Formats: sequence, structure tokens, C-alpha cells
Amino acid sequence: MAEIQIKNIAKNFGSYQALHDINLTIADQEFMVLLGASGCGKSTLLRIIAGLETATTGEVWIGGRRVDHLSPKDRGISMVFQNYAVFPHLTVFENIGFGLRMQKLPDDEVTRRVERTAGLMHIDQLLKRYSGELSGGQRQRVAVARALAMEPDVILMDEPLSNLDALLRLEMRAELKGVLADSKTTAIYVTHDQVEAMSLADRISVMHQGRIVQAATPIEVYRNPAAEFVAGFIGNPPMNFLPATPSGDGKWQVAGQVLDGPTSRSAPLQFAVRPEDIRPADSGLTATAKVVEPLGAHLLVTCEVEGTMFRAVLDSDLTVHVGDQLTLAPQPDRIRWFDPETTLAVA
Amino acid sequence: MTDAVADLPADTGASRKAGQFLYGASVVLLCAWVIVPLYFLLLNTLSSPEEVNSFPKSFLPHFDLGSLTFFANFQGILRALWNSVLVAAMTMVMSIVIGAPAGYALSRFEFRGKEAFRLLILLTRAFPLPLLALPLAVLFIRTGLDDTAFGLALVHTTLAIPFAVLITFSLFSGIPIELEEAAWTLGCTRFTAFTKVVLPLILPGITASAIFAFVISWNEVFAAAVLTIENRTLPAFLLQTLGEAPLHLKFAGGFILVVPALIFIFAVRKYLFAMWGIANR
Ligand SMILES: Nc1ncnc2c1ncn2[C@@H]1O[C@H](COP(=O)(O)OP(=O)(O)OP(=O)(O)O)[C@@H](O)[C@H]1O
Ligand SMILES: [Mg+2]
Repeated sequence: MAEIQIKNIAKNFGSYQALHDINLTIADQEFMVLLGASGCGKSTLLRIIAGLETATTGEVWIGGRRVDHLSPKDRGISMVFQNYAVFPHLTVFENIGFGLRMQKLPDDEVTRRVERTAGLMHIDQLLKRYSGELSGGQRQRVAVARALAMEPDVILMDEPLSNLDALLRLEMRAELKGVLADSKTTAIYVTHDQVEAMSLADRISVMHQGRIVQAATPIEVYRNPAAEFVAGFIGNPPMNFLPATPSGDGKWQVAGQVLDGPTSRSAPLQFAVRPEDIRPADSGLTATAKVVEPLGAHLLVTCEVEGTMFRAVLDSDLTVHVGDQLTLAPQPDRIRWFDPETTLAVA
Repeated sequence: MTDAVADLPADTGASRKAGQFLYGASVVLLCAWVIVPLYFLLLNTLSSPEEVNSFPKSFLPHFDLGSLTFFANFQGILRALWNSVLVAAMTMVMSIVIGAPAGYALSRFEFRGKEAFRLLILLTRAFPLPLLALPLAVLFIRTGLDDTAFGLALVHTTLAIPFAVLITFSLFSGIPIELEEAAWTLGCTRFTAFTKVVLPLILPGITASAIFAFVISWNEVFAAAVLTIENRTLPAFLLQTLGEAPLHLKFAGGFILVVPALIFIFAVRKYLFAMWGIANR
């Protein structure tokens, strides 16, 4: 049982504040992904949980125990590093068994656990090799096996796949998901790759400038972004935005069209819709096609709507030429609204 | 790093040839600068006394071992050799035991005055030993350290420490901090992570740095001559006894001193380059 609670964590590097008042609870056996652009503080937060960095203020609780004053070895965690950190002077076997030897487990227990985790990661053939004799993908497997062999309460991973090539990344992603689900460990996984985040996570915490903007299931983050930042960050291509002015009674004026929207607001809002939630129709937004990209499965059309860039993912059967006038209708139940003042979503 | 050079537009053939010639000539000249004197030293050591003083010289030695045999049987030389080894060994151990932790701190921790500290370490070498010799001698006599191998080793250690710190600093900086962090998450304390992960990885480099300290002590003559009387090291002993000796014996004495240093430089040349890398930074 290892629920993780992060309470009011803040971190300053000198005068620079890398983390602002982070609060997050990660359930036992949950797979939590920290997602955000480079420099938003993901690694810092992970390292604070691991004990490799000290928070300026705040508390970390793992399994009902306050751990922020403990050293990394006493927190019941193990960690997978971006550059693998496989010990070059030890064989694969000794690497995987390193933590077990530190616990002074008997030899046969070490051998049993090393062989089991090596089997899980499909590296049982490599146990006698040194890290210099391994490929990047194999090293990554050793690093994961080494963390799993500890049978930790919590496994922390900092962009573990980012040094692998695209194909290998896809393969390892699926494998990791399976292995971690079976191991019943709580996992925190840092990445800036939203596809990786969507595919792995039970929940995603989207981070921006040292704050958690939204922590929710992948589909929730995708469908109901809590803030403009999330809407513009998640999804490829990201959400479209257009300014909307109220015309009373829950009616909103968007690029010459009148749409149903929130009834509670009287100040201008941002209208937002995903490119894949747009269909050509008889009535709708008038758009001029600027760039047409056939992507095989879809047709990605970048248009201009009243001077604002607007993307639509359309059926690949359609024929669209640059300069064509399109009439595009957003799917009503997929429209989202954001307050331009607070950038937060409006119901 | 220097790959960018390859992207430059190709030179004209003629100017490239001239450049290559100049480069080659400089290399030959530099090598000659070092090798020719060493060769004459060897030549004269292996020559009979008459040949040493004659002119012109033959360019091939006659393998007359007379001078070397003379030294082998010379009174006190074995004692001096033993003292040299003893002092150098103590210097080696002390400079690593003190220097390596400093190198580790420099590479791993941020602290106030870090740059100044690095500079200060080098500045210790700027202090001329002759200036220190008299106060040191007085101090040593008062504390009873004069004329002891340990006392001399202390002085040699201060000479060797800057190099020990800088070499180990470069070694530690070459070990990714993630390796240590991984060890910490796998159940190590700072200390056990150091002994189980960092130490095995830098041991070859530490060895080189230790041998370097050894040679610094081996070659040091001033402090040795001032601070010891009975327990002279080899260089101080030779300096004292060869002052009035015939030329052929001086050559042989010089040869005995040079050879260990040469062997050492050859053995650790890789680490010397690493050290120069720092000096350029
Ligand atoms: N030791 C440090 N000293 C000073 N500033 C730091 C330190 N470590 C991180 N920072 C700063 O804190 C911020 C967050 O860094 P962090 O490494 O957590 O980002 P990240 O989200 O992991 O980014 P990336 O995706 O590039 O790894 C950055 O602006 C970084 O410059
Ligand atoms: Mg990072």
C-alpha cells in the first residue's frame, strides 16, 4: 500500500521559484504521469519525491509515512533515470542485483529476483554483459529491471524512454505499461511527450511554470481541459480558439456565427474546439483554406477564420484546394469556453 | 567538438601542403628538443670515462657499464634510494587522502568561494620554496620533524596536493552524478555509494594521480637538501656527492634520476592530457 501525498510543496533555486505550492495525491497502484513543457519543474518535483532534492517548503507522504526528512534509500522508492545510469563497472546481473545486495539478501534470493525481473524485461540473455556492451534499449531495460527488482512501493521514472528511437519507444511503452500494471507498484512517470502520457497514464498531471494546472484521466484532460494552456498543449494539432462576444440569453457571437454557450457570463470569452470535432456543413464558420496536408487517414486543413488560424481534421475523401471557401460546423457538445481573464474553463 | 573544421570550405592544395609541412616540422623539432639531450645522457652514461671527455663523439653507445656499476656500489646510495622511495610513498598516500576529498567536493558541491578555492590551490605552487625553507627548517627543528622522512613527505605533500586535487576533480566530474543518485535510491548512503560506485570507476585515475605525486616527491631536491642531513633522498644525496665528481659520474647520476620519471610519464600520459584539459578551461 503506497499512496503518495504531496502537500504544499514549493521549491526555490536561489531567487528563482521552480515549484509553486504543489498539492497532489496519487492513489495506491496508480500510474501518474507528470506532463509539461521543458523547464516546467517536472524533474524537480520527481526528485523531491525521491529525496534527491529538498523542497523549500511542504511535505511528502508515502504510504501514510512522512518521508521528506528521510534519505532516498529509506523512502521505499526506486528510480529510473533518463540516461539509464547503469553502473559501468558491474555486469547486468550485478546491476540488477545491486539494491538487493545492499539489503544483504541471501545469494539465492538475489539470483531468484534478478532472474525473474530480467525475464520480465527480456534481458535474461545479457546477464553476464557490461553496460558498454549493450544498446541503448537494452540499457533502458536493465535500468527498469534494476528498479523493479527492489520490489519498491513506488517507482519513479524521469523521461525513461526519451533517449530511444521512435520505434523502440513505442515497443518499450507498451511493455512498461504491462510490466508495471502486473507489479502493482505506484508509478510516477515524467515526460514531455503527450502521446506517451495519454497511452500510459491512469491520470495525467499537466504542469505549467511550476504549477499543476490539471490532474485528471487522459480522456478528461483531452475532452475537458481545465485551462487554455492545457487545451493548447494537449492534442496534435491542439485546440482552436476564437474570440466570442455575448449577445445575451446564452447566445454567443463567434466569427459571425451565433452559437449556444454559457448563460452565466456577460464578458467576452474564448471559444474553443478540437480540429477533429469540426465537420463541413451548410451553415457554420466561414473559413479560407491556407494549407492542405493529406495525412493518409485524415486531411489536415489549416484555414483562416476572420484573421485567426483555425485547423480542421477532415475526412480524407474530401477534396480541398488552397484558397477554397469552407463552411465548418463545430460539433455542439464538443465546444469548450475559456475565460480570457483567468484562462480557466467556463462551464 | 572539432568536427566543425571539416565543414569549412576546402583549402587550396598548395596552402594545405605547406601547412602540413609546417606542422610536421614543428613536431620533429619539438621531439628533437626533448629526445636529443636524453639521448646524449644515455650515450654518456654508457660510455667509458675517456669517451665522455673526448670529441667528436660516436652516435652509438659502447655499453660500458662502468659508471653505473660504480653507482651500484657507492656508499650510502642504497640508503638514499630507500629514503626516496619511503618519502615518495608517504607523499603519494597523503596527497591522495587529502586531495581526493577536496577534488570530490569541488566537482559535486556548490559552495561560496569555490572558484577562489580552485585558484588558491594553484597559487600554492606560486610560492617559492626557497622563501619558505628557512622558517620551515626552524619549525621542523622545534617540532622534531627535521631530518625525518615523514617531515620531508609533509613538504612534498603540499607540493603534490594541487595536482592531486585538480586531477581527482576532473576524474569525479567525469562520473555522472546520476550514477551516485541511482546508488542512493538503491539503498546506498553517500559513503557506500562512493565506495561501491565512484571509487571503482576512478581507481585507475587515482592511481595515476598517486604516481604523479610519487614523481613530484622523487624529483624534489631543494627541500630535501635543506631539511635532511642523515636521511637524504636520492636527488639530495646526488647533489651533495656529485658536486665535485668527474663528468662521467654526473651523467650516470642524472640518468639514474631521469629514468623513473620517464617511465612514469609514459605510463600516465592519458591522465596528464585530462589534467591539461582542466588547465585550459
Ligand atoms: N539545480 C538547479 N539550480 C538552479 N535552477 C534549477 C536547478 N534545477 C532546475 N532548475 C530550474 O528549475 C526549472 C525546472 O527544472 P526541471 O529540471 O524540473 O524542468 P523539467 O520540467 O524537468 O524540464 P525538462 O523537460 O527539460 O527536463 C528550470 O527552469 C530549471 O532551470
Ligand atoms: Mg527533466
